[in-house]
Amino acid sequence: MRAPRQRSIDVARLNDDNLVRARELIALYPVKRSALIPVLHLLQEQDGYLSPDGLAHVAELFELTAAEVRGTASFYDMFFLEPVGRYVVAVCTNIACMLAGAYELLDHIEKRLEVSAGGTTADGSFTLEDAECLALCGNAPCLTVNWRYFGDMTPGRWETLAEDLLAGRLADEVPPHGTLNRVRRTVGLPARAPASDGAEVTGSRGKAGAQTSAKRQASSSLDKAGPLDHAGHAVQLATSRSTAAVGSILAPGGSPRGAAGDGEATGDAP
Amino acid sequence: MTTTGPTGAKLGPYVISSRFGLKQSWGIETYLAHEGYEGLRKALAMTPEDVHQATLASSILGRGGAGFDAGRKWGMVRKAKPVYLVVNGDESEPATFKDHAIMEGDPHQLIEGILTCAYATGADQVFLYVRGEMALAHERLQAALNEAYAYGAIGRNILGSGYSVDIVIHPGAGAYICGDETGMLESLEGKRGYPRIKPPFYPAVMGLYGAPTVVNNVETLSNLPWIMRNGSDAFSALGEGRSRGTKILSLSGHVRRPGNYEVEFAKLTFRDLIYDTKLGGGIREDRELKAIIPGGASSPWFGPDHLDLSLANEAIAEAGSMVGSGAITIMDETTCTVRAAWRITRFFHRESCGQCTPCREGSGWAEKVMRRIEDGEGREADLDLLMDICDNISPGVVWPPAQTTICPLGPSIPSPVASAIRLFRDEFLDHIRQGLCPFPPDRLQTSPAYA
Repeated sequence: MRAPRQRSIDVARLNDDNLVRARELIALYPVKRSALIPVLHLLQEQDGYLSPDGLAHVAELFELTAAEVRGTASFYDMFFLEPVGRYVVAVCTNIACMLAGAYELLDHIEKRLEVSAGGTTADGSFTLEDAECLALCGNAPCLTVNWRYFGDMTPGRWETLAEDLLAGRLADEVPPHGTLNRVRRTVGLPARAPASDGAEVTGSRGKAGAQTSAKRQASSSLDKAGPLDHAGHAVQLATSRSTAAVGSILAPGGSPRGAAGDGEATGDAP
Repeated sequence: MTTTGPTGAKLGPYVISSRFGLKQSWGIETYLAHEGYEGLRKALAMTPEDVHQATLASSILGRGGAGFDAGRKWGMVRKAKPVYLVVNGDESEPATFKDHAIMEGDPHQLIEGILTCAYATGADQVFLYVRGEMALAHERLQAALNEAYAYGAIGRNILGSGYSVDIVIHPGAGAYICGDETGMLESLEGKRGYPRIKPPFYPAVMGLYGAPTVVNNVETLSNLPWIMRNGSDAFSALGEGRSRGTKILSLSGHVRRPGNYEVEFAKLTFRDLIYDTKLGGGIREDRELKAIIPGGASSPWFGPDHLDLSLANEAIAEAGSMVGSGAITIMDETTCTVRAAWRITRFFHRESCGQCTPCREGSGWAEKVMRRIEDGEGREADLDLLMDICDNISPGVVWPPAQTTICPLGPSIPSPVASAIRLFRDEFLDHIRQGLCPFPPDRLQTSPAYA
């Protein structure tokens, strides 16, 4: 049921823009390897999954073996080592959601998509996951689509959601799979290296290291703060269709389930 | 049956959640219009030592689950440079959803709290480890950080004080175990999130890159701006005993109004929380209460006989469980407790990192035996077998549990298993004798991929 496996030759290494972003990430840490997980997220944002070529490129960038990089990546549930669908749907079935009917919801979605949890639909639209607690238990049962949250789900609401996704009506709120953070860091001080024990310091050796060093110097001039990135990139931080966790904080007399989104909240807090 | 109605319980005061619900509560304009960064200004006018003393005097305990005294933790930092501050925003304990709301709802308050802690502990750099799945929290936190730089509240010469520090938002990638502080440090070093062997016991002595490291939870640090503005006496005047200030309680399960409630610590009982109309609003469809999970999936359960227990660290510990992360899950009479306990056991099995045998093997065995009982294929001897597995994971199956593994995940596995068997033995026997689950649906559909 998986999407046809892409041949690795089709998959790029980190492209030039992402290579710049990767070096920016590396410059944030006193020890280079700390940027490995953020850079793997970047790779997944680019390709939708972690391809063998991509992992090899990241290994090169970090002066690690491909096995070390893969070994790290395989520990984490969010990293996919095989291609996935356009929308990764993670249905929480842990205790709070289970008590609210999560298994019935998952069962419904499995039947509608004709795929079992863990699989990808034949057309490559959806990958379905049976997930652990996603921390939206006030709006159980919940699911995420490409890590954007949808709470108080029912089989009926899933139908609407799936239609809207496929029709592209949620493009603002649900970016392509792999996109974790659309707000770019525009500011910062250079990382401070650890002191004594001979630990590797960013940019201490190698070609990539030298470039990183230069990048670090550049980043130190950023601390005056740049333009507000989310304004420039029109990232919508309010939610309209997806569910914001902050809506689960309740005030006396406040709506128990909050509004559909928090973009229109009117300031009735204490 | 307990009726729903006002119990006299009060919400608030709002130490952490005062801005939640305001329009654009995550933006700096809203924050500055509501006392934003005033606590930090006060802190920066004091010496770091005085800020530390004020935190000690507030008696705030860590809100991540272990309840360690925050001020004392800061005092344990080894005298060496550099010092790192790592903020734990990897909220993954089942049924806990407070940090998620805090990070989305008031990221500036968290940043202000972090900077206050960084100043007091002399931190040279801060890493804010945010659970990977929480994409909106990542975006709002990064936007807030960019705004805070523009405002001058972070970076070089913070608010003209001469103090400089930077915060890096670091994404997790989906692993419960990275909520353990040493697992988190490994993850932050770009490795698999294996918790570290102790000693050294405290990251304050040897943490990130071997340097002294303060690790605090998101909710803990979000209290600091209020404490700085209003004074530690005002904070410690709230609550009682070892439970001071307020606590955000994450209420989930079969109540009418599941959600996060900020309440004065140690002033409410479970009855207030579940049945008060301003709080849980009673059990859905006025059904009977069956069981309470008082402090996240790792905590032993209570039955209805504990309804009048105070929601305080001491009272709950004395009764054999914990406040933990403040996550309270309510199960009504229609709940199959075998299935509920199995689901939590399955969680531990999936999330065990695999380093320690009792946890890696025990979680898998317990899950399989629980599952066969739920599927109607159990044997009466399975109950003793399950308790024996629990005893092998954590000898005595007592609370607090005996530690046999590197981190506390392993010894948490017996909590749901032993709780369910001790409280609902007959229900297990019904499954076994009837050869099916007596609660609908009698067969749990789960995907072959994970069955």
